This record gives sequence, C-alpha cells and structure tokens, in this order.
Amino acid sequence: MPMNEFWLHPALILIAGALLMPLLRGRARSVLLLLVPALVFWQVITVGLNPGLHGVVKFLDLTLTFGRVDKLGQVFAYIMALMCLLGSLYALHVKEPAQHSAAWIYVAGSLGVIYAGDFMTLFLFWELMAFSSVFLIWFRRRPQSLGAGFRYLMVHVAGGLALLGGIILRYQATGGDLTFGQLDVVNPDLSTYLIMIGFILNAAVPPLHAWLPDAYSEATVTGSVFMCAFTTKTAVYALCRGFAGMEILIVLGVIMALYGVIYAVLENDSRRLLAYHIISQVGYMVAGVGLGTQMAINGACAHAFAHILYKGLLFMGTGSVLYMTGKSKFSELGGLYKKMPWAFVFTLIGGLSISAFPLFSGFVSKSMIVAAGFEEHKMWAAFLLMLASAGTFLHTGLKVPYFIWFGKNNCSPETWDLAKDPPWNMRAAMALMSMMCIFIGCYTPYLYNMLPYAVDYQPYTAYHVSETLQILLFTALGFFLFIGKLTPEPTISLDMDWFYRMGGRGVAWVSRVPAQAVDEWVSEFYRFCGLAWTMTMARMSAWFDGRVIDGVVDGLAVSVRSLGDRVRRLQTGSLQFNIFSAVVAIMVVLLTCALTAMTLR
Amino acid sequence: MNLVALIDFLRNRLKAVILVCAVVLVLLVVGDWLFVDKEHAHTAAEHYFGFWAVFGFVACVLIIFVSKWFGHRGIMKREDYYADE
Repeated sequence: MPMNEFWLHPALILIAGALLMPLLRGRARSVLLLLVPALVFWQVITVGLNPGLHGVVKFLDLTLTFGRVDKLGQVFAYIMALMCLLGSLYALHVKEPAQHSAAWIYVAGSLGVIYAGDFMTLFLFWELMAFSSVFLIWFRRRPQSLGAGFRYLMVHVAGGLALLGGIILRYQATGGDLTFGQLDVVNPDLSTYLIMIGFILNAAVPPLHAWLPDAYSEATVTGSVFMCAFTTKTAVYALCRGFAGMEILIVLGVIMALYGVIYAVLENDSRRLLAYHIISQVGYMVAGVGLGTQMAINGACAHAFAHILYKGLLFMGTGSVLYMTGKSKFSELGGLYKKMPWAFVFTLIGGLSISAFPLFSGFVSKSMIVAAGFEEHKMWAAFLLMLASAGTFLHTGLKVPYFIWFGKNNCSPETWDLAKDPPWNMRAAMALMSMMCIFIGCYTPYLYNMLPYAVDYQPYTAYHVSETLQILLFTALGFFLFIGKLTPEPTISLDMDWFYRMGGRGVAWVSRVPAQAVDEWVSEFYRFCGLAWTMTMARMSAWFDGRVIDGVVDGLAVSVRSLGDRVRRLQTGSLQFNIFSAVVAIMVVLLTCALTAMTLR
Repeated sequence: MNLVALIDFLRNRLKAVILVCAVVLVLLVVGDWLFVDKEHAHTAAEHYFGFWAVFGFVACVLIIFVSKWFGHRGIMKREDYYADE
C-alpha cells in the first residue's frame, strides 16, 4: 500500500466543521450540525474498508501515524461517530456555536486517539480531548461550573503528565520506537505503569475517578451527553490496545463496578447518579481488559459500544428533565409521568438496557465479560460483577425513573408548570438511541460482527435468560420492599475530590496568610529603601517617554488613523457594493499575476 | 395522551398489578426448576433452582443497607458542604 496516498482523517472533517460553525446562522447551521457528523460517520465506514497504516508523517526523528485502521479501532470509531451524529441532533436547538464547536473538537480528539498508531500522536489528541471538553462544563455558566471545570482540567493535566512521562521513558528504553501496541503486561516496568496511570485516570478507576461525577453533573445538558460517551470509552479502547491481560485491572475493574453502585445509592442528583454508574459500567470493561482473553476483549468492546448508546440515552432523558425544569435532584422532582411521558419511556429503555434486560443492548454485551470471567475460573470476579449488576438495575432501572416520574411529587409549582416533553430534536435523538438499544439487543450479529475477534458466544440460552430475569426481578422485589430506605436525601457525598478540594484550600490558606505576611513585609521594606530611587528613575523615564517616544508613536497613530479614515470612506456599507469591490479586487490581482507571468516569459 | 392514560389505568389497579408481578416471580422460579437446563452452570450452587433469585434479592438488600450504612458514617454531608469555596 502506498504510504503517502491521500487519507482523509475523519477528525479533520469535524475540526473543519467546528471552525465553520460560527460563520453560519439559523437553518444553515442546523444543516451543518447534521451534515458534518453524517459525513464523519460515512468517512469512518469508508476508512474501515481499507485497513492498514495511513497518514504516516516523519517529524524530527519521530514517525507519527495518524491512521492505523484495524478491527479493534474501527468498532470504537464507528460508535463514536454515530454518537456524535445523535448527540448533535440532541443539541440542535443550542444557539451558541462555541458549544457545538467544543463538542466536535472533543470528538475529533477521541477519533484521533483511536486512529493513532504511535504514542506521540495519541498524546496530542489525548490532550486535545481534555482541553476542549472542559468548555462543555464552563458553558453551563454557573459559579460552580467554573470550579468544576478547573478541577477537571487539572486532574486531566496531571493524568496527561503521567502519560507523557511514561512515553518519554518508553522512548528511551526502546531507542525511539513509540509504536502503540500491546505492552509487556507480564513484566511491566515504570514506563508501562505510568502509561497505565494516564489511561486509567481517563477511565475513572478509583482512586482516580472523582473528576467524573464532579464534572459530568456540572456540565451543560448537551455537553454531558457528549462527555459521558467519549473520555472513558477512549480510555477503554487504549487499555484494550495496550494492556490486555494486565491482571491488576481485573481487581480494579471489580472495585469500580461496586464503588459506583455504592455511591449511586447515596446520590440525590440524577445526573451524578448516572455518572457513578459510568464508573460502575466501565468497571466491567476494565475487568474485561484485565482478563485479556479474546472473549473478554470482545466483551469489553461490545460493552463499550452498547454503553455509549444507553448511557447517552440516559443522560439525554435526565438532561431533558433538567433542560425543561432546571432541576436534576430527586428531592426536587417526582410524579412527572403526567407531564413528560416520552422522556420517561426513553429513560426507561436506557435503564433496561444498562441493566442488561433480555432483548436490550446490555444483555448481549455485559454477559460476555462475566462469561469470560467464569471461563477463566475467576469466580470471585464473576460473582461480584453479577452482584454489581443487581445494583445497576436497582438504581438506573428503578430509582431514576421511579423518583423522577413517580414517587412523591417534590416539584415546586414552578417546576411543575415548566415540565413538559422536550423539543422535537431531543425527542428524535432519544427515539433513535432507544431503537438502537433494542436493535442491538435483538439482532446480535450487528454488533458481534464488528468485534475484533470472531465471536463464539450465544447470549440467548434458556439458562442465561432465566438467570438474568431472576436476578433483575428479585432485585425489583427488594427495591419495592425497602423503598423507604431509598427515599432521596438532600445531601452530597464526600469522595476522593475532597482531598484536592481541601488541598486546594490549604494552598489558598498558605497564599493568603503566611505568604501574604511575607509579601507585606517585603513591600514595607521596599517602600522605605527602594522608593526614593525608583521615583527619580520614574521621573526621568517619564520625561523620555513624553518627549521622545510619544512623538514617534503619536505621529504613527495619526497617520494610521487618517489612512483608516480614508479606507472607511471608501466603504458605503451596502453588501452588493462590497461583493462587487471584492470581485473587482480579485480580478485585479488575477490580471496582475497573469500579466506578470506573461511578461516574465 | 395515550401513554399517560395507560399509566393511570395501571396505577388505578395497583393491587392487580402487584398480584400479576408476584405471579411472574413465582412462575420464574418454577420455570427455572422445571424447564431450564443447568448443564452450563459454572458452580455447584447454581444447580439449586431459584439460586439466582435468592442471589438477586440478597444482592439488592445488601447493596441498599451496606451503602446507606457507609453513607451515614460521615460520607453524606449537607449540600452546602463545599459552598464557602
């Protein structure tokens, strides 16, 4: 295959679209919002037809590979491009172009990571993701959003530094080979661990996870729909690629799965609850990577695929409640089925999918990972993952729909008045996502044929269906028997972010009290000793400034202003005239060029 | 709206809905006992009928009580806990 043939990176289309966005308005922008992601999706599929290495660039002594296309990357790129399309449809009503641009550049970062064939390219796009997605938090424009955004950015910069450190050590160890492939997980060295820390921070593995609920619950309605899909799943991809079979990931994955479930019980904010369930669900994928068998990696990819759709759907459902009513806390909602029935149905479908109900997407993906655990005789891991799946249904399938759409009506009269089903584009996006969730659950070859390894697994056996239904329905029994215990409490839960929030306060105190005292002493000292001399200097430079510099600058300013004035008088402000003068100017330039060329010949 | 009418229809017959659900639960365990081939079970315990029903119920109760116990050991705080930032 020729190395230098033209290879259009799908991320490039998104970046171009993001730059074009502010230039368009109204209907033209709506068309752009759907057209660009559709083109990206098409390009991802086209690119997939031609596997191999593309877009290879030599830079200094590095070989950067922008387009490594294979089955493992392709399944992630496919679902991310699709999610970008559906997410953009959901966000179609958002008037602010910068929000769309930030989301697209963020997705471009994800696609860049997925197609990156070397660590340097991966790192570039990795950072692009963090620096663009933070705007999706800041655009919420609440005072808390600013803090949450900065915390998000700082945690990700720290993770990025670990990753970069690992890459540099690896560069030294391998003598300059930075190809991104399976790392040595049997005898890992420091560089391997640092790279892993960079990856698992983005996968939100405890104790490096607190940024996720902190940021995702604070992001804009449409921003968190994007965020819940890309950062963690890009990290899962990177782990699949580099760390298959790393045993410690099984332990970490199981801890994640349970950790998210425990915090979800305590959570009063519906979007924070969903954020904790991302941690829980990504736990399954991380455990799958740790198991590392072909079936487990298939399971991790399949689950990431299904997860992007149902979690996006759940964030869309709760997001539409937040968008319409301004509320996301269970203690301020309830009984909304009369006002927002369709949002309820779509959220319920998301809830049934994440809970792995038969005929819904989670059923065909999650079970692959658990089955791989049983096959590897990691009984404890498999049983604990089963335990966590009871928790998943308990919260996302039951608690979220029940306490928003049924339960005690905690809505204030204003909330109740504002509540109704969201605009058509949000409903359409949710309907399409719901259809995808059910389609994947019912027609398994669609997903299974995309997976990196051949699939020899059948989820619809009598045993598996019976097992799943028993767990889920008896969990529902427990939910309704102990519903009093689950009544939402208006509290927040301390998590690992306590350390850096309070650590931050420590720094603030040091800079406020001792550092300021030192600063004041220095100022006092300076005022007595340095001031007289400085004043003399200042007087002298003022004279120089007034007489010499001002003369020159003023002269320049006057001439620029008069030139500007003359140019301004040339313009009349009428569009046709401007276009006409532009065309004339272009003609003049072209003619000049042509004439010069003729003369020179 | 039909959807709302359907939900109201079910809510007005809550007793019947609960009865149906209870019957479904019983049928599920009976079906597991009579019809499901346990050849692919991974452990001996799974061969008892209704194993996963008990597992699901115990898991649910454990998760609720352990989490709430954990939460009330000082993890759950007032909403304005971080407010004076």
